[in-house]
Amino acid sequence: MSDYRIQGATGEWEVVIGLEVHAQVTSNAKLFSGASTAFGAEPNTQVSLVDAAMPGMLPVPNRECIRQAVRTGMAIEAQINKYSRFDRKNYFYADLPQGYQISQLYHPIVGEGQLTIEADEKAGIPEDKVIGIERIHVEQDAGKLMHDQHPTMSYVDLNRCGVALMEIVSRPDMRSPAEAGAYVRKLRTILRYVGSCDGNMEEGSMRADVNVSVRRPGPISDENPFGTRTETKNVNSVRFVMQVIEHEANRQVDLIEDGGTVVQETRLFDPNSGTTRSMRSKEDAHDYRYFPDPDLLPLELEDSFLDECRASLPELPDAKRARYIDELGLSDYNASVLTAEVETFARFETLLAETAKRLGKDEKTVATQVANWSLSVAPGVMKSLGDEADPSHATAEAQAEILRMQDAGEISGGQAKEIYEIVLRTGRDPAEIADTEGLKQQSDTGAIEAVIDEVLAANADKVEEYRGGKDKLFGFFVGQTMKAMQGKANPAVVNQVLKAKLG
Amino acid sequence: MSIDRPTVAKIASLARIKMTDAELDRMAPELSAILDWVEQLGEVDTSEVEPMTAVIPNTLRLRADEVDADPRTGGDRRDDVLANAPVAEHGFFGVPKVIE
Repeated sequence: MSDYRIQGATGEWEVVIGLEVHAQVTSNAKLFSGASTAFGAEPNTQVSLVDAAMPGMLPVPNRECIRQAVRTGMAIEAQINKYSRFDRKNYFYADLPQGYQISQLYHPIVGEGQLTIEADEKAGIPEDKVIGIERIHVEQDAGKLMHDQHPTMSYVDLNRCGVALMEIVSRPDMRSPAEAGAYVRKLRTILRYVGSCDGNMEEGSMRADVNVSVRRPGPISDENPFGTRTETKNVNSVRFVMQVIEHEANRQVDLIEDGGTVVQETRLFDPNSGTTRSMRSKEDAHDYRYFPDPDLLPLELEDSFLDECRASLPELPDAKRARYIDELGLSDYNASVLTAEVETFARFETLLAETAKRLGKDEKTVATQVANWSLSVAPGVMKSLGDEADPSHATAEAQAEILRMQDAGEISGGQAKEIYEIVLRTGRDPAEIADTEGLKQQSDTGAIEAVIDEVLAANADKVEEYRGGKDKLFGFFVGQTMKAMQGKANPAVVNQVLKAKLG
Repeated sequence: MSIDRPTVAKIASLARIKMTDAELDRMAPELSAILDWVEQLGEVDTSEVEPMTAVIPNTLRLRADEVDADPRTGGDRRDDVLANAPVAEHGFFGVPKVIE
């Protein structure tokens, strides 16, 4: 249970949050036309006669968009509706030439599902929490209006118009800004794993409508029901979602405690001030007069189609994280960080396979070494170089070779970093760098023995003291040996030889 | 079912159709008559009949995810799309300023 509370003048308030996330479906063409969905094109160059709602044009659904919605539903363990329908949501706005949005009100393609947000003590999420998802439906995006290009006109670009969106509607199961933030991040991770949405919030591929209400803490009952909610539209970052909730919750508490009542309404978020304001002008537009779209037959999905969708799902975040912990023996923390982003686990798994191959060991044996390298050593070197690093040189082959040399005792941890620095700057071969730059440690027992003999002979007094019981001097001998060998001796071998010689 | 005058005015406003008082007066009984006529269908017992969505047995056809495969339903035809626009500037439609 979240203990997040708004401290009002009359006591504590609990915040209740539900999110409607609009995720742009990854597809080449739009939901009902063959126009491209690519981002950033010249205005109105990706608009078909269907998207511009020219008379007589008929919508034909894009199979890939349907497939991606079904796969997403499967990834949140949801019921897939083999029968769904498209409805018209009627309203007039300059970004919507049809005068209606084709959506799915009555029979959505995906029904009840869920996802789990992970415990995060610092964020006030004491344990894993399941967030219910009510439904996912498929609908058209609208065009884009620009208000600041002309003194008396707004400009309309219909390139986005008709692009497929999934609207993913959560249950009002979240109780703090942190839980809502974790939900959006987890949902984005799942979408990226599945490949049904790129999750790029800056480009508007994912945006959220945030429903917030407040109530007194305690079980839901007739005496203490849900409060009246407001809906803040089109919030386009995790941080903003959290800001909206905090601001709205406090605004509603102040309003109620001052004797007012919360009005169910649509609000807009202003990122500059971090506040929300009412969108009164849209109030009477809420009568959408939904009805089944007569241009489209019901969508009926075959078992073979569903089987293909299921078979094409990758290993999902929760399963992957559990496997990293159980089968690879990674720590909870490493497993969480490595599985949070598709790019991160993809790089890790490539490097893990390459390293295991070069070392001739199984993946579990080298997993922790590769995880530490991937999460701490390699990013550290990359960061210290800044612009001097060329990320294209960070190949799995080069990194695996460095890890192999280190594992074989040919180079030290410090030398591994130095070699990797040169790799990132120049793209040279790690083994060649180790040879030509003298970045190798001496593991040859004979050579080390010779140096140690000299060290011990030059410090005969200290050897006596050591043998007399001054154990701490062992470190001194190690230091002297390393110094004599310019730090290039394999410390394990030095320790071993010293122990033997000092008896 | 009877449609009163305020209801007609609301529907007209939602549909962005401007109507005079005389038209509203005429439309209220006309719309009521249409609804009454359609409501006759309710007299038939359809409890045992499957809902029908099309008069010919057919399933929804889906398109392949291909860009501009057919010029009639593809993009890259801005001039055509903008041809009928009352105002088009710099490749955009120009509309009276709408701002939230």
